[in-house]
Amino acid sequence: MRKRNKVSDQKNRQTETVRRIIKRVAKYRFSIFFSLLSAAVTVAASLYIPVLTGRAVDEVTGPGKVDFAGLFRILTVMGITIGVMSLFQWVMNICNNRITFGVVKDIRKEAFEKLSILPLNYIDSHSHGDTVSRVIADVDQFADGLLMGFTQFFTSAMTIIGTLVFMLTINVWITLVVVLITPLSFFVAGFIVKRTYRMFRKQSEERGKQTALINEIVGNQKVVQAFSHQDEALEEFDRINQKLEKYSMDALFFSSLTNPSTRFVNAIVYAGVGVAGAMAAIGGLLSVGQLVSFLSYATQYTKPFNEISGVVSELQNAIACAARILELIDEEPQKPDDADAVRLSLAESGGEYRTGEVLFEHVSFSYVPEKPLIEDFNLDAKPGMRIAIVGPTGCGKTTLINLLMRFYDVNTGTIRVEGYDTQRVTRKSLRASFGMVLQETWLKNGTIRENIAMGKPDASDQEIIEAAKAAHADGFIRRLRDGYDTVITGDGGSLSQGQKQLLCISRIMLCLPPMLILDEATSSIDTRTEQRIQDAFTRMMKGRTSFIVAHRLSTIRNADRILVMKSGHIVEQGTHEELLRLKGFYAGLYNAQWSGT
Amino acid sequence: MRRLFPFLTEYRKECVLAPLFKMLEAIFELFVPLVMAAIIDTGIAKRDLPYIGRMCALLFFLAAVGLASAITAQYYAARAATGFATKLRHSLFEHIGKLSFYGIDTVGSSTLITRMTSDINQAQAGVNMTLRLFLRSPFIVFGAMIMAFQINVKEALIFAVTIPVLSVIVFGIMAVTMPMYRRVQSGLDGILNTTSENLEGVRVIRAFGREEDEARRFAGQNETLADLQRAVGRISGLMNPLTLLVVNAATIVLLYSGACQVDAAVITRGELVALVNYMSQILVELVKLANLIVTISKALACADRIADVLELRTEITDGDGVLPAEPAEGVPAVEFDHVSLRYAESGEEAISDITFRAMPGETIGIIGGTGSGKSSVVNLIPRFYDATEGAVRINGADVKDCRVEEIRDKTGVVPQKAVLFKGTIAENLRWGKSDATEKEMMEALKAAQAWEFVQEKPRKLNEPVSEGGKNLSGGQRQRLTIARALIGQPGILILDDSASALDFATDAKLRAAIGKLSWKTTVFIVSQRAASVMNADRIIVMDNGRIAGTGTHEELLGSNEIYTEIYSSQFETTESAGA
Repeated sequence: MRKRNKVSDQKNRQTETVRRIIKRVAKYRFSIFFSLLSAAVTVAASLYIPVLTGRAVDEVTGPGKVDFAGLFRILTVMGITIGVMSLFQWVMNICNNRITFGVVKDIRKEAFEKLSILPLNYIDSHSHGDTVSRVIADVDQFADGLLMGFTQFFTSAMTIIGTLVFMLTINVWITLVVVLITPLSFFVAGFIVKRTYRMFRKQSEERGKQTALINEIVGNQKVVQAFSHQDEALEEFDRINQKLEKYSMDALFFSSLTNPSTRFVNAIVYAGVGVAGAMAAIGGLLSVGQLVSFLSYATQYTKPFNEISGVVSELQNAIACAARILELIDEEPQKPDDADAVRLSLAESGGEYRTGEVLFEHVSFSYVPEKPLIEDFNLDAKPGMRIAIVGPTGCGKTTLINLLMRFYDVNTGTIRVEGYDTQRVTRKSLRASFGMVLQETWLKNGTIRENIAMGKPDASDQEIIEAAKAAHADGFIRRLRDGYDTVITGDGGSLSQGQKQLLCISRIMLCLPPMLILDEATSSIDTRTEQRIQDAFTRMMKGRTSFIVAHRLSTIRNADRILVMKSGHIVEQGTHEELLRLKGFYAGLYNAQWSGT
Repeated sequence: MRRLFPFLTEYRKECVLAPLFKMLEAIFELFVPLVMAAIIDTGIAKRDLPYIGRMCALLFFLAAVGLASAITAQYYAARAATGFATKLRHSLFEHIGKLSFYGIDTVGSSTLITRMTSDINQAQAGVNMTLRLFLRSPFIVFGAMIMAFQINVKEALIFAVTIPVLSVIVFGIMAVTMPMYRRVQSGLDGILNTTSENLEGVRVIRAFGREEDEARRFAGQNETLADLQRAVGRISGLMNPLTLLVVNAATIVLLYSGACQVDAAVITRGELVALVNYMSQILVELVKLANLIVTISKALACADRIADVLELRTEITDGDGVLPAEPAEGVPAVEFDHVSLRYAESGEEAISDITFRAMPGETIGIIGGTGSGKSSVVNLIPRFYDATEGAVRINGADVKDCRVEEIRDKTGVVPQKAVLFKGTIAENLRWGKSDATEKEMMEALKAAQAWEFVQEKPRKLNEPVSEGGKNLSGGQRQRLTIARALIGQPGILILDDSASALDFATDAKLRAAIGKLSWKTTVFIVSQRAASVMNADRIIVMDNGRIAGTGTHEELLGSNEIYTEIYSSQFETTESAGA
């Protein structure tokens, strides 16, 4: 890990984050350079224009007294300045564009690639919503905040300094008037910001309550409608909605006072400059043209100050976002496959079947070190065997599957497939040799066809339909809106749990891997269809090794061997009949389930 | 956005007053250059100090009045915006309550939630911004031009030329970028979906070794998005430099021709300065307007998406017929008359030509394989969907002629997914009957085999239920949903595979209790378990959307191939266990 810097000092961590941000942005150093250069030119030019305007006005002293030659010269310079300014502003915009979207793209790519090599452990133990918002929202905010904040800070600072310099060159005393009145604007803005913060907090609290209700009611709208509960729900919704309206109103109104208030301060500065400037002009200390220049500075002098005060919080927010993204990018990835790792050929060629032997040798595993789960686990699955795993919740059934697929790695001991230690086999080839169906069906956004073809994207339509037929899914698929081209969104929408399971089984039927893992894969499918699917599996896979986790006895009883697990150990094993005769734990489970009928 | 205007009508006053006060503020702002011109022409030229003082007091006064107007404007704008959003949220929420199940299926719950939350928030921001600034800016622009005409017609013509040019630039860029921003948004949605999909489906994706393909897919989407964003950026990045160029070029022209006018004593020097000031006021407003466009175009896109949902009409409408409370003698409680259902024009029929009659008090079992159409049949009874062909009748009345709410009040449904809501157990039960007494609740719970575990909870009926009922086990949730359906003493009770999380013993007790309910009810039990339906008065066997057989358990067993197969797949085990 790169977290050598274990100094808990927050300041240091911030600097570290900034340092690493700079490293990622460095790729765009030419764009940044041009952006800053252009910004400098733009600011200088835009500040020079009021001076030129002032000088032009000074050439126009009164009727018959206009120096047209001088005026023409000034206006020519002004034209060139404007041309240069517009050009550089455009260059600056283009550069900023490149930097912002480039950085966003790079970081997102890096983050996503990290996601695909993170150990399952990370993904299982972190909220998905949080991870998604790191990859999407945080990256956006970071790029916007940092880069725009940075350029804004730069231009604002340049503007302030430039304005001061220009004003000082014209007249020191009037400059003082401007400088003295300006802090008033900070004071006003600060006062408003502090008050609105509280109101925004209240608003977001109420909004959170409302979102929770919306999630519940809209998310379960079908049940709501089934009980004609819409009116009651609406009543409750309205109650929160009214409160939210009030808090939103407060927050929106008070926060919108900032702009008019600063404009007011600006106007005071303007009036102040007007009176001081006019008096100075009478005294001959200032020309009318210079007064005009001053007035136009006065209107824009406070603006960069307000922007800078916004920039500070924006930058802080950007750094916080960056830290969250870097945290994800820094996560330790899973151990990469060894360079000389074995590729299980059955997965690669698809043709030649191996035997499908699986061996667990003294395997121990736990998710958290304090809570040992599987200890000294041994299993010898002979080729072609159907192995059923039963046991109470939390006994480690699903964990075995996690280990077989190498979603998690064993702590000690070895798992061998085809005689190879799975740690020495490429993950891809190992996983490809298992066909896995889980109870928690997962379908990707896309058509039914794409979902079935997941393991074999180049499958022909014919193959896909054959697979669906084998999984007894063809019938219901044909009845859907667009048949195989029906688009599935979200969690499968209107499909029933059983139908989703049939789709997941179709996927496996298409690839026909040499070994099978079924974790409650048929729990929502009716027993009759289930049996036919089992038959199809047996037929099509010529009796390959399979691991079946199930509650249903009809699923288990034909297994060649039943493993009865309890707290990470095998307590009994044998065939259904053998285990019943044993009158042990299995017989107990079995009787409990059936005593009702 | 136009489609959402009706939601603003109640705030007509605010919608007029906010821009009006904003304009008032703008007018005071427009006077400032005139005052300054007076200071230059009169105050400085005549060295009149008191006059300068008076003019400065006037400037201060203008600023103060401007501030007051601005605050008033902001107040009304905020009122209109929050009121608009509140009303819109209310209507959308109400509208979602009226959507048909078909509508909910096609739009998707998660989309509906987004529309209700972030989209409306964006629309609110849009209304607020529009009222505050979108009208102010054009007003200042045109106001400045009018003021210019007051000073000198010939000079003002420069304004009259400049402003249309600027409008073309601003609105042209806006017209080009708006659809692009919409595409950017959907590109962003795309990479968001891919990311969350890859987290949810991580096991399956890795099992199929698709990590690299997914990373490539993401990279592709990411690249497309970045390209699109850059393309928009290039175009919208032209806005500031171009407006700056035009305004300043106009200023140069103004200075030169103004100088000629001053030379010819047509206008004063102060007036020339005022003209220049007006030009720069136009520039400031245009820059603001340009920055606003992004916010407003986002809000417009959101408004469109909200309006799309609001325009979804439900196909299920109330009829004006009366639903008889009791069927007449000899009339079935539920009758299906050659009913077919097709979820969409193109797809095949989900169920075809279903005909059966259920007499009052009968228990009907519906059994069949996954996807055989069992649920589709019972979904037609409470009008979750409407039949494509044929008629469904309750107590002799065609359901399409009755009021939806009346039908649903008469039917108790226990859905497949056991959904409970945040609150207490009692509150959840009251969904079925809003004025249920404690005794009624107890009875319903007892029949649903739930009283035992409810009684063991520390606060019994008032035990809190967390969101989605997560603090209860699957079996407990399911039993509570059954009690919820029973409590209203419905004439028709539909159990849609609702005992799947129950063990066989509880399931049996539940069925026995339902058989002995104190009121007369027609029960539909949908199940995959032969044991759940074997005691029904009649069993309907479904296969591929059609009725494959009807009869009692004894009649079907042996004679109906499908039923026999289902039965034996589940009961052979028991027999061998007994052996």
